[in-house]
Amino acid sequence: MFARGLKTLSIASVVLIVGAFALVFFYAPNDADQGFIQKIFYLHVPLAIVALCGFVAGGVFGIQFLRTGDRAHDLRSYVAIHLSLILAVAALVTGSIWARAAWGHWWVWDEPTLVSFLIVFLLYACYQPLRFAIEDSGRQARAAAVFSIVAGAFVPLNFLAVRLAQSFSHPRVLSATGGTMPGEMRLTFLVSLLAMAVLFVTLWKYELTSKQASMQLRALKRRLAEDDEPWLPAGRSAAPQQL
Amino acid sequence: MATATDGPAVALRDLGRAYGERVALAGVTLELPRGATLAVFGANGAGKTTLLRVLATLLRPHAGTAAVLGATLPREAWAVRGRIGLLGHEPLLYRDLSVRENLRFHARLHGVGEGRAAALLDAVGMARRADEPVRALSRGMAQRVAICRALLHEPELLLLDEPLANLDPGAAGAVAPLIGRESGAARVLISHDVELGLAEADVVLGLRGGRAEIVAPAGSVAVADVRELYR
Amino acid sequence: MRRAIAAVVRKDVLVELRTGEAVPAMLLFSISTFVLFHFALDRRSVDGDLAAGVLWVTLLFAAVLGIVRLFVAEREQGGFDGFLLAPVDRTALFVAKATVLFAFLAALELVAVPAFAILLLGPSPWDAVPELVLVLALADVGIAVVGTLVGALGIQTRTREVIVPILALPLMIPLAIGAARATSPLFLEAGAAAVPGRWLLVLGLYDLVFGLLAFAVFDFLLED
Repeated sequence: MFARGLKTLSIASVVLIVGAFALVFFYAPNDADQGFIQKIFYLHVPLAIVALCGFVAGGVFGIQFLRTGDRAHDLRSYVAIHLSLILAVAALVTGSIWARAAWGHWWVWDEPTLVSFLIVFLLYACYQPLRFAIEDSGRQARAAAVFSIVAGAFVPLNFLAVRLAQSFSHPRVLSATGGTMPGEMRLTFLVSLLAMAVLFVTLWKYELTSKQASMQLRALKRRLAEDDEPWLPAGRSAAPQQL
Repeated sequence: MATATDGPAVALRDLGRAYGERVALAGVTLELPRGATLAVFGANGAGKTTLLRVLATLLRPHAGTAAVLGATLPREAWAVRGRIGLLGHEPLLYRDLSVRENLRFHARLHGVGEGRAAALLDAVGMARRADEPVRALSRGMAQRVAICRALLHEPELLLLDEPLANLDPGAAGAVAPLIGRESGAARVLISHDVELGLAEADVVLGLRGGRAEIVAPAGSVAVADVRELYR
Repeated sequence: MRRAIAAVVRKDVLVELRTGEAVPAMLLFSISTFVLFHFALDRRSVDGDLAAGVLWVTLLFAAVLGIVRLFVAEREQGGFDGFLLAPVDRTALFVAKATVLFAFLAALELVAVPAFAILLLGPSPWDAVPELVLVLALADVGIAVVGTLVGALGIQTRTREVIVPILALPLMIPLAIGAARATSPLFLEAGAAAVPGRWLLVLGLYDLVFGLLAFAVFDFLLED
């Protein structure tokens, strides 16, 4: 069900990633102040943007699940949020490295995007513990969906609040340029962003397919053993176990 | 929408319900006419309580169809909630409030007056203890108050999970007119007392592993058949 | 529906008056925290930004204690079933519980804020009382709404004492920002200044967004 287009996406990911790397290293200009390390911007910002879109997508699938009751949506939501969380951690780490290189500190409170990201990370880090702590799988899926919707709505509100809080004290420190981007930068940035987005979707589909395959395998084993009771992995799980 | 007063009290076709991945009910089909009694038998874990909770609209059916008092579940559950009375294992009473306060709360939730509460308490013999907190009551007394709670809104369908457990013979006799055949309501009764259950029933349902092993009019079911379920 | 909301609110207030499981604990916690801050910051008094920060961090943590207790009676004494069996809109439970939480917070603040003024606050807050009440009210609505949602999520888990704080605190950060920034001008040494309208707007927006969201989504939490 989920594996359609997986091969095309994988090839596209590889092409785009290689292309993006090539552009970053050979095409994009070196920043006058920050030097080579500024190029981490091409990693950090796409990570951040795709992670945020992933979180919002998780919320959208959450809405779909509540409306239709189709567990496939719950699985999609779970994987989207789980992958976005990994991307969010990467965004925080790359942001921190960039801050250190550009400003000498491992963390800067003055960069509203970074701060908002920290808060969003703290919130979504609760997703798996929440799921894990609810044993009944129906309730688990519903609670997770409600969480994904509330957290998804929270993201823009949070960015707004943090930006308001910081904007009157300090200017942005981690902007790539003063305001506009020269052509070479823009192209490199867009390709990097596209590469990250396609990579995310590919990984998402891979994980969905893998989980579905495990479920089908379990069902087959059970039928072969002519066992009426469902076979479940020992122990509880935060991930959806059945479609 | 059918809230017809002439349709069956309960109509199930192929009802299924799972807890997570474990199947609690599967393929249950039966019909219960108005005012009649359905006795449900089965070993622990056979699905009796699950069935009761589905009929109470607390659980949605996962498969098949269920209609209670003419309303299809779960879509039309809101229409019948006020006409069903559930007496489960939990008395559903707040331990820190008095008996009277508890009944008042439930009366308000159901939109009925408190007058009936006093009459019911009297009928079960708890009128003198109406101002005691529930936490001070014995299990038998709490059970009697729970019966009042379940009957407060004059339900047309009674769902009773071992209603006489914890009741001494005197109390059992006092509640019989309220929750017995004479009440006039359709009843779904879970009981481990096989003879008593069969005597009360019009229709018998025997569950094993969530599946209906016996679905028959009470007259055609022998005590031995029911005891088989518990092996 | 109003009848049901009133019934649940009265029931909860009655139980709380009898057993005192939430508000006294929240209060004691707040006062202990003020003492802790005194020692941790090594200051005899605080004013301005610092005062607003200390007050709001304390209130938010105390609120979390209340949130954890909010649905416990329902869960342990079968109250969810009792409510779900009634011919009442599920959202009534949300409105009722949010109202109860708001009432608990108001009761808490009635004592904790004066305690804060006595123990830690440098400047006198008397002139600023009306604005302070306004900010407290706006913020309390937000805490009540988010708190009820998180409480309902948490009550289904096995680790609710842990899940509730880690879920509630990030969600309440925008509210903390708005509340603290709105309160700090009121605690200035030189005399209370006006509250910047923008922060009241932030609080109002937060209340509105989460209120609507909670309204839409709460039903699904009670379903089975």
